[in-house]
Amino acid sequence: MKTTTDPDIALVEEIAHTSVADCYQCGKCSAGCPQGQKMDRLPSTLIRMVQYGDVVEASRSAAVWQCVSCLTCSARCPKSVDIAGVLDALKQISIRRKTVHANYQRTVAFQKAFLEILRRNGRTNELEMVVLYKTLGFFGDVSTNPLRSIPSALKDAHLGPAMLLKGKLHVKLGGPLKDKALVRRIFKKCEKKVES
Amino acid sequence: MKYGYYPGCALHGSSYDYERSVRACMEKLGVELAELDDWICCGATAAHSINRKLATALPARTLAIAERDGFEQVFAPCPMCSMELIKVGNMLKDSESLRTEMSEIVEDTVSGKTEVVNLVQIFQGCGIDELTARAVRKLDGFKPACYYGCLLTRPPKDLKFDDCENPGSMEDLLAALGAEPVRAWNYKTECCGAGLTLADGDSVEDLSYKILSNAKKHGADCMVVACPMCHVNLDMKQSAIEKRFKEKLDLPVYYLSDLVGLALGIDAKTLCIDKHFVKCGV
Ligand code: SF4
Ligand code: SF4
Repeated sequence: MKTTTDPDIALVEEIAHTSVADCYQCGKCSAGCPQGQKMDRLPSTLIRMVQYGDVVEASRSAAVWQCVSCLTCSARCPKSVDIAGVLDALKQISIRRKTVHANYQRTVAFQKAFLEILRRNGRTNELEMVVLYKTLGFFGDVSTNPLRSIPSALKDAHLGPAMLLKGKLHVKLGGPLKDKALVRRIFKKCEKKVES
Repeated sequence: MKYGYYPGCALHGSSYDYERSVRACMEKLGVELAELDDWICCGATAAHSINRKLATALPARTLAIAERDGFEQVFAPCPMCSMELIKVGNMLKDSESLRTEMSEIVEDTVSGKTEVVNLVQIFQGCGIDELTARAVRKLDGFKPACYYGCLLTRPPKDLKFDDCENPGSMEDLLAALGAEPVRAWNYKTECCGAGLTLADGDSVEDLSYKILSNAKKHGADCMVVACPMCHVNLDMKQSAIEKRFKEKLDLPVYYLSDLVGLALGIDAKTLCIDKHFVKCGV
């Protein structure tokens, strides 16, 4: 797996368990990407940038967070590069180096809210998630993009009551976890591994 | 037949209708489901976007529970959950150092030996002949487009389920029960936006619109899915999509278990088909 001495490239390859040097730029990953049309840089471009060691710049791309993790790219790559894994690595690097694209702070806020609930409960709960995410996302937006923040906070508000009516949101969910402390320990151990 | 059952968060929350529908079918077919004791969330998109170690450890914990309690097979109706469990299981099988590391993190021995199956595989396991023999109603009049989405077939090297570019197992099942599935259309395995329903609503609407309108163009009168997230995006978001793209779609979205259940004689209410947003005339 180790094909490089560049620490940034090595970090991407370690997180993604794949070798970016194998890519010969055929473009198949980009051609099939459902988000390709929207992206500021295509998946194959990001792989090229990582090959050159331009990892931090690559992590600034909107594309990193526009990726919907559909795995089409990785399934089709003739060189078995796990492109989706590389994009996950760039997501993680963009959080650590504070290079998340300004328009996608909300997406990051959402993913963080999801994990916070998971850390507390071991399972997720949509109702709590919507509330936590809207608050987190709201503050994230106010600091980067104040004009967008209010409409976005209201955007899905109409779905809440409709979901309740349909029985889609269950206030009483499946029984709670017995051993929540174990989940917290798992989180702690994993977070320590990432820091070291 | 008895399976360890991993409902996952969605089925215990907003996709309660899917859980009811699946359980009703399993009961009818005599498949026993034993819910895994104290299962935890698989981590979904959030874990592998933010901390890949966690994305391995969370499914590993659930696999450890299944091994401890002696389940050789686990049924996970959500394809995101089943994919994460299978992927981590394979990673564990391949690496002794990962087995050691994960057993330490999840505080129980885990080897990755559990077989994890999706909803289509459960029905295939019952046998198509057995299903047709038990059917009390023909599904004639249904022209579904079967939508697989991303994670029923991808990543193919881990899942080894159906053809990852042009799958046909749901069509085979429903055709045997009398439906006339649309075989040729373009978006069977394209992404609907999955977990970004709240985080990036515009992307979800763009992607889901392409799927729904393409299915309709090819003659489908309804959609069939086997994923809670696909259902939310295609069903709950459909009216917003119709408004935004100024196109009437009017495509009821069934879970695979809804149509199999109807064929087996289970009534629509028990299957929670009345909980869907787009009206289903059954
Ligand atoms: S499909 Fe694979 S080889 Fe082709 S450009 Fe993408 S990463 Fe490179
Ligand atoms: S996983 Fe991301 S980059 Fe790959 S095809 Fe899907 S959206 Fe595009």
